[in-house]
Amino acid sequence: MKPIRTLRSRTAVLAVSDIDTDQIIPARFLTTTTREGLGKHLFADWRYGPDGAPKTDFPLNRPQAEGCTILVAGNNFGCGSSREHAPWALTDYGFRAVVSTQIADIFRSNSLKNGLVPVIVDPATHRWLLENAGAEVSIDLETTTLTLPTGQATRFALEPFARYCLMNGVDELGFLLGREARIAAYEAHAGIA
Amino acid sequence: MNATPQTLFEKVWRAHEVEPESPDTPAVLYIDLHLIHEVTSPQAFTVLRQRGLGIRRPPLTFATMDHSTPTRTEQVFGGAPIAIEAAARQVRALETNCAAFGVELLNLQHAQRGIVHIIGPELGLTQPGKTVVCGDSHTSTHGALGALAFGIGTTEVGHVLATQCLLQRKPRTLAININGALPSGVGAKDLILAIIGRIGVAGGTGQVIEYRGDTIRALDMDGRMTVCNMSIEAGARAGMIAPDETTFAYLAGRPRAPQGEQWERAVQRWRHLPTDPGAQFDHEVEIDASTLEPMVTYGTNPAMVIPIGGAIPQRAGDPVFEKSLAYMGFAPGQPIREHPVNVVFVGSCTNGRLSDLRLAASLLRGRKVASGVQMLVVPGSQQVKRQAEAEGLHRVFLEAGAEWRESGCSMCLGMNGDLVGKGQYAVSTSNRNFEGRQGIGARTLLASPLTAAACAVRGRVTDPRELM
Ligand code: SF4
Repeated sequence: MKPIRTLRSRTAVLAVSDIDTDQIIPARFLTTTTREGLGKHLFADWRYGPDGAPKTDFPLNRPQAEGCTILVAGNNFGCGSSREHAPWALTDYGFRAVVSTQIADIFRSNSLKNGLVPVIVDPATHRWLLENAGAEVSIDLETTTLTLPTGQATRFALEPFARYCLMNGVDELGFLLGREARIAAYEAHAGIA
Repeated sequence: MNATPQTLFEKVWRAHEVEPESPDTPAVLYIDLHLIHEVTSPQAFTVLRQRGLGIRRPPLTFATMDHSTPTRTEQVFGGAPIAIEAAARQVRALETNCAAFGVELLNLQHAQRGIVHIIGPELGLTQPGKTVVCGDSHTSTHGALGALAFGIGTTEVGHVLATQCLLQRKPRTLAININGALPSGVGAKDLILAIIGRIGVAGGTGQVIEYRGDTIRALDMDGRMTVCNMSIEAGARAGMIAPDETTFAYLAGRPRAPQGEQWERAVQRWRHLPTDPGAQFDHEVEIDASTLEPMVTYGTNPAMVIPIGGAIPQRAGDPVFEKSLAYMGFAPGQPIREHPVNVVFVGSCTNGRLSDLRLAASLLRGRKVASGVQMLVVPGSQQVKRQAEAEGLHRVFLEAGAEWRESGCSMCLGMNGDLVGKGQYAVSTSNRNFEGRQGIGARTLLASPLTAAACAVRGRVTDPRELM
């Protein structure tokens, strides 16, 4: 994983609450056995018409959304299934952060493992972001702040270990493998052979 | 004995701490049972290969195939190829991976195969006090036996394969106290839908729910599993129910449960698991079960739910609510009863167990599925299928005009060929009514097996009590 310290981008805004994982990546695209290439199916049923042509009124299809790496979504993003295909699709598309007022547990955990920063902000900041699509915002993991173009900076919560992993490009598997002695001791104590 | 009273969750959590959490690092939690399936495991095996790692404890991992597998007999047993080529590739990948890494697999034709959350308890793999994970959010189902069971992503599937451990922050606890007798025609599915309607789709975020109270004690294991199954629909990390005599009677003699003297010792241990008197939960919610009615969803998330006799709510000026109703083709204020239905699905890890099929059959016996309605009955496992056939339930379904299939996730999610058509209304005993969940443009109404059967008979949304 590439270390992430700061992100700076215009926002793409999807002002829909409770966006679930079936919207992020519909189940029919889960028959893949790799992680790559899911970006083209991101929000497939909202993004494309029945003929497969992009819908011009869908926010991500507007020219202004091109190249945005920060997605602002309505309240409570990512509920539903444990499919890691959801953050894979978002990162493959180019997103590096998702901003909402609440983010579902499994989706958040999956995001952190794929270099997608989950940012939970207060309702007032959230409202401002929803109303100002395309605003240039920055996210700083050192200070865990999101800064609006107005200069207003908002702190967001990020679990310290997850933040450390994101900032240093460390993956959890390496950490767990490093606990080998403790795991072996636990197994010996529990009688697991 | 114990200085501080503990909850069921705390006892299981503590017993699995390889290292407790600190401000800087999450806990290292040991996993007793790891269930895998074809959809969320291939990329985890790829990581093992890339990093030259093996599986730390192969006997603690168990594999089945359910999500992308077909349910038509000719594709499962008749030698006809799996119609969806990508699905066939996933199935082959799981076979190859399990063989290469030494994981026990119930393959497509195996007599014990089924939906992962049905077979874990059914085989006795799931036991009280265990930590159980699977790359699937409905792993919460297994909590009905007093296990701490939760869904994980594919990266974490790789962590468990390689280290048998996960890094986890300790969740908070939520007690849902449910008391009162469920009225006739109202079951576990109606109860959990009512709970989700009450606390919302994010009401359980960051928390483990313990379902408590005399209503829960009175439920059989199938009903308890239905309740715990949908904990994730309330956003919860897991759902748990303390083990009791009902749990022990269910597990006794199951092929993977402890036997003989070991069984006695295990039951002794399990009796210490229930929450101690005076233990504190972070939150508590009270539910009166005696006033509940059959429930049905009208929108595109499971909290958009009403009693079947009710009307669709009005929320003027809420564009998200309006968008959801537009997708469903419903108007605010409209009664949901008598709305035409095109498809009825009985099955899934929520309601694909034997008692669910018995309930649906009890209403269908001697009746016909309304003309123009497609009804699909899909047992949750091959064992459920054989048990149902031994009781003659399949004849009830077939004579009524329903289809009787091989086990699998089927119409619960649109990835195995069993689909609801665009714009069609499906009354489904599954757990998610998200847009497009059962097919592009499909409109899902979640309900109990009784309600689903009643809707099939009348071809309209029907209160099952009218036919009982
Ligand atoms: S039946 Fe549905 S919810 Fe259950 S595991 Fe299968 S796809 Fe998931």
